[in-house]
Amino acid sequence: MTAALDVKGLTTRFDTRGGSVTAVNNVSFSVDKGRILGIVGESGSGKSVTGFSILGLIDEPGKVVGGSVLIEGTDLRALSPDDMRGMRGRKVSMVFQDPMMTLNPVLRVGDQMAMAVRVHRPMSKPKALEEARRALEIVGIPSPAERLKAYPHQLSGGMRQRVAIAIALLHSPAVIIADEPTTALDVSIQGQILAEVRRLADQTGTAIVWITHDLAVVSSLADDICVMYAGRIVERGTAEQVISAPRHPYTQGLLDSVPAQHEPGKPLPQIPGSTPQLSRLPSGCPFRPRCPRATELCATEPPVDDRDGQIVLCHHPLERP
Amino acid sequence: MTQPLLKIENVSKRFTRMPGLAERLVGRLTGGGKPVVVHALSDVSFDVARGEVVGIVGESGCGKSTLGRVVSGIYAPSDGRVVLDGKPVAHERGGNVEKLTTRVQMIHQDPFASLNPRMKVGETVAEGPRHHGIIPRGEVQARVRALIEKVGLEGAYADRLPHQFSGGQRQRIAIARALAMDPELLVLDEAVASLDVSIQAQVLNLFMELRRDLGLTALFISHDLSVVRHVCDRVAIMYLGRLVELAPADVLYSDPKHPYTRALFASVPTVGSGKREFEAIKGEIPSPINPPPGCAFHPRCPLAGPRCRVEVPKLAGAGASRTVACHLNDGGVELKDKAA
Repeated sequence: MTAALDVKGLTTRFDTRGGSVTAVNNVSFSVDKGRILGIVGESGSGKSVTGFSILGLIDEPGKVVGGSVLIEGTDLRALSPDDMRGMRGRKVSMVFQDPMMTLNPVLRVGDQMAMAVRVHRPMSKPKALEEARRALEIVGIPSPAERLKAYPHQLSGGMRQRVAIAIALLHSPAVIIADEPTTALDVSIQGQILAEVRRLADQTGTAIVWITHDLAVVSSLADDICVMYAGRIVERGTAEQVISAPRHPYTQGLLDSVPAQHEPGKPLPQIPGSTPQLSRLPSGCPFRPRCPRATELCATEPPVDDRDGQIVLCHHPLERP
Repeated sequence: MTQPLLKIENVSKRFTRMPGLAERLVGRLTGGGKPVVVHALSDVSFDVARGEVVGIVGESGCGKSTLGRVVSGIYAPSDGRVVLDGKPVAHERGGNVEKLTTRVQMIHQDPFASLNPRMKVGETVAEGPRHHGIIPRGEVQARVRALIEKVGLEGAYADRLPHQFSGGQRQRIAIARALAMDPELLVLDEAVASLDVSIQAQVLNLFMELRRDLGLTALFISHDLSVVRHVCDRVAIMYLGRLVELAPADVLYSDPKHPYTRALFASVPTVGSGKREFEAIKGEIPSPINPPPGCAFHPRCPLAGPRCRVEVPKLAGAGASRTVACHLNDGGVELKDKAA
């Protein structure tokens, strides 16, 4: 079976006056139909740039310099700009952290959704509005026909994000890339949207890439998890593997620093130092200066270590029985 | 019993927006154009003992930040009063407000916005004590260095500008600035919310260490339930401007009583719980411009009855030093027969 999304060796570089920075470094993963992949990382880890690179949305001075992005077998990087435009929104779509990046503030929700429908499928406007109404219904918006007449400012933040997700769903794409879509929302609203997203993946078979900094969200939502650090995927596996038996010291450190599992008031295990600047990475493993397991060997490129499909980029992965 | 350091007594805060000229003109014809009142805080009361850290938790619009600002003296309450160390504050004007601001210090969410980008961080830390004459002039520099070292940075960093620091380091500087005033009460408003997880743990550890060393009293405002549980002694849950539940952290987390508290806990995803159900609260948070009558949570509450739609529940004791504002706690949700 062809994966819905297959990314191999994706590399994105930003050539700035201050020097060249590799924001996404040889990133590979695949997502099957109906599965949810969580990409977790801290700020500057390259998780969002990975999402933008998949859709070919990288602006100067950035450039995707290597790798392939296959959507149901079609390599997006080999497509002409026109053909790529034909894919965006139809085969692969994106949901942003701020729904106002998707929505036009001066158009009614229905009008802009109908426009998005008719870009890829010529049909009458009433028919397109009907499609839009159905999409709003799928994401759990009450009285969707009414909402079609509303302007974005008349909707709450949670409602707007639902509309943005509905727009991403209009053409039943193979893949949806969601970049921190619930980060700005309240937990009760986030809970509602996570439940909808899980249902959508199960029912429509759309593959979802969920990019976030929130370990708790991916651990409850995703089937598989990639952990990114300084532009690389340092660990990849099923959610179960990565959360309950992490093998990369960074993943372990991240999980340990979440307060929930520790006795209140006791010092939290912390990762020393600060998140790295991509322009000043050390040789070899980028996590080396903060890593409790680092040795001299870590100054050389870390090897790929695969055990039962749980893949880590590390000289000294944590061994588990 | 010793006197609490902070007493918040029946504090309400309303923000009123007067209609503009055009709105007033249109209002003449349509009957609209009336002032818009936002009920940010409604009748909030509780005490904070000396040395205690109380967490304030809630979703956006619940009034937690407004409460922090009223306590800090940034806003004067519309009703009620704030008493610090036995003396009422916040209503006072002029000179007294200045004295209050030296006793209560606030640490804000965004350390990129809260530090002056053109000021060396040492100057930022020194500004308050110098202005208020808290430290003799000759000792300011030494004191600033000691504070910067106290929050885990090198004393020599005092000569750097904010842009030379990471987010976590800036938040440490913001903490040093607050401590420079020798405050009796700290108000932390989402102080770790903008930090990465690995950095958040560092700043929380610093806070707990400082608390132990200096015996700090604090209001810790946050939307993050797991962070609050870790650092707070007692936790207050707020919804639409009202306090709905207040209890010691272990009591609240092991057995939440208010339906909103329960729903809030149920909708938060946790690491490694394998939990796949989130949809615990239906519907949206109502607008604080037109809060629902009766209990503000009743439109979303699975247990609401007729009484919840008409009568505002009072905060009342429910054992184990816990208080809850819910009719389930004081006689049920059915309307009492008036004739009886």
